[in-house]
Amino acid sequence: MPPIVSVRDLTKTYAGGFTALDGVTLDIEEGEIIALLGPNGAGKTTLISTICGITMPSGGAVEVGGHDVVRDWRKARDMIGLVPQELSLEPFSTVWNNARFSRGLFDRPRDDAYLESLLRDLSLWEKRDAKVMELSGGMKRRVLIAKALAHRPRVLFLDEPTAGVDVELRKDMWRVVERLRGEGVTIILTTHYIEEAEAIADRIGVISRGRILLVERTEELMRRLGRKELRIELAEPVDDVPETLRRDGLERVDGGQALVYTYDTHAERTGITALLADLQAAGLQLADLSTSNSSLEEIFVGLVKEDA
Amino acid sequence: MNFGAVSAIYQAEMARFFRTLLQSFISPVISTSLYFVVFGSAIGGRIQEVEGIAYAAFIVPGLVMLSVMTQATSNASFAIYFPKFTGTIYEYLLAPISFLEVTLGFVGAAATKALFIGLVILATATLFVDLTIQSPLAMLAFLLLTCISFSLLGFIIGIWARNFEQLQLIPLLVITPLVFLGGSFYSISMLPPAWQIVTRFNPVVYLISGFRWSFFGQADVPIGVSLLAISGFTALCLGIIWLIFRTGWRIRS
Ligand SMILES: Nc1ncnc2c1ncn2[C@@H]1O[C@H](COP(=O)(O)OP(=O)(O)O)[C@@H](O)[C@H]1O
Ligand SMILES: [Mg+2]
Repeated sequence: MPPIVSVRDLTKTYAGGFTALDGVTLDIEEGEIIALLGPNGAGKTTLISTICGITMPSGGAVEVGGHDVVRDWRKARDMIGLVPQELSLEPFSTVWNNARFSRGLFDRPRDDAYLESLLRDLSLWEKRDAKVMELSGGMKRRVLIAKALAHRPRVLFLDEPTAGVDVELRKDMWRVVERLRGEGVTIILTTHYIEEAEAIADRIGVISRGRILLVERTEELMRRLGRKELRIELAEPVDDVPETLRRDGLERVDGGQALVYTYDTHAERTGITALLADLQAAGLQLADLSTSNSSLEEIFVGLVKEDA
Repeated sequence: MNFGAVSAIYQAEMARFFRTLLQSFISPVISTSLYFVVFGSAIGGRIQEVEGIAYAAFIVPGLVMLSVMTQATSNASFAIYFPKFTGTIYEYLLAPISFLEVTLGFVGAAATKALFIGLVILATATLFVDLTIQSPLAMLAFLLLTCISFSLLGFIIGIWARNFEQLQLIPLLVITPLVFLGGSFYSISMLPPAWQIVTRFNPVVYLISGFRWSFFGQADVPIGVSLLAISGFTALCLGIIWLIFRTGWRIRS
């Protein structure tokens, strides 16, 4: 199956001369959820805006559903919904009219039943006659989501959807995302919350300084880059790591009460067997052993540092 | 053609108008009445007739034009400036709509409002003076064309403006003087010859003259020239808007 979104050598240099996208190539499969992870200013919003047609590319090409977003913009845009990062809403119009308006912009026939179910899903139904300016920030974010979904897009972009959002909304949002996934909607979200990407995304793309550093399946990314820590609690503290035990990745911690060995779960040999044998040979008594996964967050921080 | 979008934009803009209907209705009625008190009664007491037309009646077309031009310009400029200000402009850039459709929605609504106000003023005027409109069809056509062309101008101003001051600037600095100097309240032939030549460069002269012709059957400039002028002005505005959307100037980075 051809990718639903195809980005080829995309560059974007803003009028001021700043290059926000520096040769981005990315394919997104239909029905997947992909998270774009990157620090502030990495170019996530610029990438999304360029795919959506809000900003014009300086070079390269983007296709959505096989339609070039510049040449065949009407067909490409017809498939897209966007929840922007900023809370940009018409303040004097009601929640209901806001959603209806968005549906109208995409030339969809009136469908009050669908809009009602959408507003109910987002806990907005009670507020349908309220003016947007009377709503809290979290409610406004919900209105933005309702607007983005009002025309039933095939591809949904969520630009930092959970930045500064309460737990209730986060739950509602992921429920809606799950439902959309069930309907085969492709979802592209940006975030700098790593747990979020890890919990929801099929694939994770890491973006930094206008470049995609890598795109991996979420589990593979964790496995490939996953490092684990083996913590060895000693019965008696040691002042120094014995000569026979010294090796890469081994540290003395807690005043010699424990040793921590960091290893790559994906390597040919983890070195655990050898370490345990050497511990025994050195005559050290072990009180306890435990392992822990390093979080995706550390991986991510590592990646960005690597790039710097 | 995305008619759904045109109608959505048009309806949303008209909804804004209806929210402030009373205000939209009352202010032109009051200001027109004031003009009649000042110009019609006070000055009209001294100037009996202009070119054989009672002065109070003579100023009606100019009054209508003055309000319609300023209303159309400020309505349309505000309508497109506001989404830039609140950030909701992203929706118009995102949706599958062409420049023509966006313009049609916004300008259509702004022109409708201006037309409404023009008609309200005309109705108010009949309370003060006896009016016979010689060719109502031509009158409506001129009114409509003026509503549309000045809404187009306002649309351009709204896209150009970076802040509220700039938004107010053009109507204040350009349109009001052009209208006042455009023969709203006098006949161009009343001016010294040198000034008559200067006013030939004021586009508003042609509109007011043509509009007045539809009321009284007489004009400062031939009616054909007036029609040509307003059509040219409309085409110019449309061309500029087409260019703006093509290049994304001040809209799409
Ligand atoms: N309209 C613009 N003009 C000039 N520079 C911009 C514009 N928008 C964004 N940038 C710059 O481009 C870079 C990427 O921004 P953005 O795409 O918003 O990053 P992110 O969403 O990942 O935080 C930033 O350095 C930002 O300052
Ligand atoms: Mg961003």
